[in-house]
Amino acid sequence: MRIPLLRLVPDDTKIDFVQFRRLSFPLSALLSILAVLAYFHFGLNLGIDFKGGTIIEVQGKSAKVDIAPMRAALEKLELGEVQLQQFGDNEVLIRVAQQPGGDAAQQAVVTKVRAALGDTVEYRRVEVVGPRVSAELLGYGIVGLFLAIIGILIYLWFRFEWQFALGAMIANVHDIVLTIGFMSITQIDFDLTSVAALLTILGYSLNDTVVIYDRIRELLRKYKRMPMRELLNAGVNQTLSRSVITHLTVTLALIALLIWGGRAIHGFAAVMTFGVVLVGTYTSVFIAAPMLMYLGVGAHRERETGTDKQ
Amino acid sequence: MHFSTWRAFAIIVAAGIICALAIPNVLAPATFEALPSFFKRKMVLGLDLQGGSHLLLQVDGDFVRKEKGENLRDDVRRVLRETKIGYTNLALQGLTVSVRIREEKDIQEALRKLRELSQPLGGIFSGSNIQDLEITENAGLIRLTITQAGITQRLGQSVEQSIEIVRKRIDELGTREPSIQRQGLDRILVQVPGLDNPKRLIDLIGQTAKLTFRMVDLTVSPQQAQAQPPADSELLQSNEGQPYVIEKRVVVAGEDLIDAQPATDQRTGEWVVNFRFNSAGARRFANATRDNVGRPFAIVLDNKVISAPVIREPILGGSGQISGNFTAQTANDLAILLRAGALPAPLTVIEERTVGAGLGEDSIQAGLKAAWIGSLFVIVFMLVTYGLFGLFANIAVAVNVGMILGILSLLGATLTLPGIAGIVLTVGIAVDSNVLIYERIREEVRAGRSAISALNAGFDRALATILDSNLTTFIAAAVLFYVGTGPVRGFAVTFGVGILTTLFTAFTFTRLLVALWYHWWRPKTLPI
Repeated sequence: MRIPLLRLVPDDTKIDFVQFRRLSFPLSALLSILAVLAYFHFGLNLGIDFKGGTIIEVQGKSAKVDIAPMRAALEKLELGEVQLQQFGDNEVLIRVAQQPGGDAAQQAVVTKVRAALGDTVEYRRVEVVGPRVSAELLGYGIVGLFLAIIGILIYLWFRFEWQFALGAMIANVHDIVLTIGFMSITQIDFDLTSVAALLTILGYSLNDTVVIYDRIRELLRKYKRMPMRELLNAGVNQTLSRSVITHLTVTLALIALLIWGGRAIHGFAAVMTFGVVLVGTYTSVFIAAPMLMYLGVGAHRERETGTDKQ
Repeated sequence: MHFSTWRAFAIIVAAGIICALAIPNVLAPATFEALPSFFKRKMVLGLDLQGGSHLLLQVDGDFVRKEKGENLRDDVRRVLRETKIGYTNLALQGLTVSVRIREEKDIQEALRKLRELSQPLGGIFSGSNIQDLEITENAGLIRLTITQAGITQRLGQSVEQSIEIVRKRIDELGTREPSIQRQGLDRILVQVPGLDNPKRLIDLIGQTAKLTFRMVDLTVSPQQAQAQPPADSELLQSNEGQPYVIEKRVVVAGEDLIDAQPATDQRTGEWVVNFRFNSAGARRFANATRDNVGRPFAIVLDNKVISAPVIREPILGGSGQISGNFTAQTANDLAILLRAGALPAPLTVIEERTVGAGLGEDSIQAGLKAAWIGSLFVIVFMLVTYGLFGLFANIAVAVNVGMILGILSLLGATLTLPGIAGIVLTVGIAVDSNVLIYERIREEVRAGRSAISALNAGFDRALATILDSNLTTFIAAAVLFYVGTGPVRGFAVTFGVGILTTLFTAFTFTRLLVALWYHWWRPKTLPI
């Protein structure tokens, strides 16, 4: 007996994705506005990469560590804003805000904290970022995002018509805005790793969009008389099974990272899961493809002579 | 679906060789050392995985500029004095030295002499026209401005010298395999694996260690000097805050030291540093001590008086002893600093990232665990979805990961925790290329094509899509590599390399597997 293979999406689906734009476009507009509002209301929780300051991760030498005496000892140092966060039973993450007095002043923080906590804990991680470096890193991050978007735009412009490039970029910006909104609400540390996550989300979301656009382009060449709406729907439906399967595999990989990857990449994995799994797929199917209705793709087709091959 | 024998062979051999490049990573150290040099390449574990300290140091550019300006002012004074040209109003402002020549007849001669101070950049023989000074004259007022190129060159020299000195100092600590590199115009990146607490390292690097032997000025008391310091002396303090008036003239400087060692004084038992001068230094020190018996001289380190002993007898042998409340460690550190020499300009730590060995080990474990579990999920899912073809996809993905590791080893790339995440994500994206191909084949089968024709059409049509979708993702990875540092760059590398190997396996290896299977079984229908 043969074991039947899993078919997640039935053959020949005929879902009217273009029709869904009446729902998806207002929904996306609303979510984008909410994301922007969240950004302005909560703000991004800038990590030390961009804000400067000190992070010290310690592990108590006993099985359970009490955070209160630690907090008291550190507050005596008068280092300004000091945050302590406990993980598990005996791990504590200490954040100290950037000190006034330039780069040299930051180094003194570590010495003082070590003196205050003494040998009761093991120092697992120490990061000190001075004001000069944090300003530069922020600059790099912003420049990087723009470079990536522009580079991808140019590539798509060469490979497709400009309408596709524009559609993909709108979808891109939409993804980034929503992800930044997500990070503002959850207050996940926004640092260099987050920029890496954003760029990867960009890459994945585009990957998806490009696969659908590729099919739409193919259909445009093949069926010169098919109404645009029908054609866009066909493109999305024909690639639907692939979209679903690929997203499941990526989701499986991400879930493994999220659960077992350790705390160091937990934030990264969380942002990626949101961006790729929740936003990326939705965007490609419900935004990027229907968007082509408005961008005038194939507007000149009717004038061309030629017969459908079908 | 046709592969000539040699082409099939070439694909398998190429994939095999690239995968084999990863083998050195798992060899025992002794076996690895025995490899021929070409194969002696493996991935380096990032500091976030093996533990260690990453320090970014900045050379003080303001200091370099100020010093260059002061040197220029002193040079101008020296040249004009030597040529006996009368001048007034010698002044330094920023990077410009201005001086007024008294007699009009001297102006041309002064200009000619001062022009000799200007050096072409990039060496005399480079034939370049760029000079480090710009000299203008207007009604007897000569202005010498250090050009931007001149400053850049001086800064570059300072960085290079600093790297040498930092390397000497770190080598003395006996840490394993430190990496010390120049970064950008005025920065030095120091990476020391296995260092849990870089405090001592930072202390050692952070000191300029400019050592001078000078006479103590007894003509005024420190209190008087505070009100109005004499022209040729300055007020300095000891580490304990004791003030001294010290002559600005340097008898002997640290450059003339040829050795310094920590020792215990035989009489008092306290820690001291014994040092020896070269012959020029020894001669000057002998002369100075002979002329000043009974007077105190000062040993000054970075503008702090370490000690100010009274000269009891001329010191003629060229060796001596520094005492100053040292412990074994501080005496040892001072000896290291003196042996390595002074930094040309102060260094500041502007970024520190230290990971303890324990956390590094945990991160490796977590990363590997996530990688295995993630891969297992994907493998099972592909088998359930595509059956036999899922198995092909899994083999292709395994080869893909092997090739990523092989290429990373060949490049000697650094594997970081985000890098491992990049590999896990690549497994996801590599599977996607197979999904694209298989879905296309399913479509072609539905459209009524025969097995072989569906395979051909499926591969051909899917590959264009795979190329487009992967190249766009590759652009994102390339940008990330460009803007990222440290661990993030590690992610960009594995992700980018992963996209390239994915393209390779999708275009050649997967297709070959399916082709071999087809030619072996000649199926009428496809089990997909």
